[in-house]
Amino acid sequence: MTRFVPDTLVLAERNLVRLPRSPDLLIGFTIQPVMFVLLFAFVFGGAISTPGFDYVDFLIPGIIVQNTAFGGFVTALGLAEDLTKGLIDRFRSLPTSRASVLAGRTLADVVTNSISIVILVATGLIIGFSFGTGPLEIVAGFALMILFGYAFSWIFALIGMSVSSPEAANGIGFTLIFPITFISSAFVPVDSMPAPLEKFAEVNPITIVVDAMRALWLGVPAGNNVWGAVVWCLVLIAIFAPLAVRKYRLTAGG
Amino acid sequence: MSRSDGQRSAIRVRGLVKLYGDICALDGIDLEAERGTVLAVLGPNGAGKTTAVRVLTTLLRPDAGSATVIGHDVVDDAPALRAEIGLAGQYAAVDENLTGIENLVMVGRLYGRHRREARRRADELLGRFGLTDAGERIVKTYSGGMRRRLDLAAALVADPPVVFLDEPTTGLDPRSRLEVWETIEGLVADGTTVLLTTQYLDEADRLADRIVVIDRGRVIAGGTADELKERVGGLRVEVHLTDVSQAHDAAAVLAPMSDERPTVEDAKVCVRVSRETGTIMEAARRLDQAGIDADDLAVRRPTLDDVFLTLTGRELSEHESGEHELEEVPA
Repeated sequence: MTRFVPDTLVLAERNLVRLPRSPDLLIGFTIQPVMFVLLFAFVFGGAISTPGFDYVDFLIPGIIVQNTAFGGFVTALGLAEDLTKGLIDRFRSLPTSRASVLAGRTLADVVTNSISIVILVATGLIIGFSFGTGPLEIVAGFALMILFGYAFSWIFALIGMSVSSPEAANGIGFTLIFPITFISSAFVPVDSMPAPLEKFAEVNPITIVVDAMRALWLGVPAGNNVWGAVVWCLVLIAIFAPLAVRKYRLTAGG
Repeated sequence: MSRSDGQRSAIRVRGLVKLYGDICALDGIDLEAERGTVLAVLGPNGAGKTTAVRVLTTLLRPDAGSATVIGHDVVDDAPALRAEIGLAGQYAAVDENLTGIENLVMVGRLYGRHRREARRRADELLGRFGLTDAGERIVKTYSGGMRRRLDLAAALVADPPVVFLDEPTTGLDPRSRLEVWETIEGLVADGTTVLLTTQYLDEADRLADRIVVIDRGRVIAGGTADELKERVGGLRVEVHLTDVSQAHDAAAVLAPMSDERPTVEDAKVCVRVSRETGTIMEAARRLDQAGIDADDLAVRRPTLDDVFLTLTGRELSEHESGEHELEEVPA
């Protein structure tokens, strides 16, 4: 286990070094989020009524949550690719800490998520978003997003280890994450939804996280949302990190 | 270190069994490789070669039997074992989006080396594998042969005493194959123990001190290339007659050259002989004196193809059609 930290850092570095060399992935966490912000703000924004907020203010915390939920995608794709190309075999034949391959992946996601979040906030500020709270809350919001992204990276790690190809990881990831981020308070107020969806959206943990972000960045009354969001992220990590590591050991044969 | 434990076997496998569901990939195989030698595991696709390598490199857990590498058990001492081995796979397991240097430095650091030391070793290996000029290039731009050499270099980063090469030349062009062979020969000259799997008979013949032939998860023969050839019969004279009706006359004329009776198959007559020198001349003289014409007359040495045919009743080459098909899909 003493090798865990250095091995994780070596593998995280590997994932980051190779990233700029895959233009498709690079576009995925830089240009694509910006495009979504612009589409939502200017195409849907006029039609969505968010009483008490400018739509841009309402949108930015929500879209950052959605984007961050998808951030771990690089992990699912990367792991599926490493599996099919035999790199996982190589790593496993080395005297390397067992958990470090996955931990290196999810750690690299923290870096890419941070870049995405900064790009999204900058885009938001350009089109009229403004923070309604002090620096402490703003920093806390960033921290919550990084924790939230890290939790989802572990879900994606499990997906990446469970599928037969990068394409399958893509399909499963989208089918899973899209509905749970859309049926939440991320883009529209939940009371605008039909009753069954509204029920789901109200208990959807994504709603808790989005509301926590609005509390931290806009100054909306927080209730228990912030602590709820933190606990929820920690629970996700506690469930999915061991599952993914277990799957890694089994998939690769022991 | 465990190298000094006086054991002569670098690899010792006893009764190894691996099941994939109902399919028995390894059905109780034994293998033994002495230190500093090359053991070739020869067999067709699906014979269990890759499974054996995966068990020996701790990637798969065996269902029964035992296997040790340098005295380390593949199950109980897996972490210690991994520090002593290098593995190069069927498909070149290098990161396409890293440069050659970055790949080797990463592997070196995962073996626990410091960055600077890993870099020094990477440069050394790139030089040895003729990749110095390509070291700063992204692997995507490499040819198949270059990737395979980089993969091989990655297996040698920690200078391991035992190296496993799973079909190291499958899919390579003849020139790249030769380069890989020369590299392996260089390794052995430095005292490394090599276990390689192959479906190419010439490869086993050229590189291996000992060959184990496996088929359907079982060892069906083992020995040196010469011993295996001996089992199929040593040298023989093969005559292709111009006139089929003279076959039996020809057999009678050639019979005194051997202790065994010549075999006749259509216009082909075969006689086992014990030595090569003068054999063709003698056969030609005997046929000529009897007024028998031949289209072709040659002394044939048995190939490992013959070995496989004799042992299994099947041609080895009939399995080679699905060249890019993976041998076994990892469970």
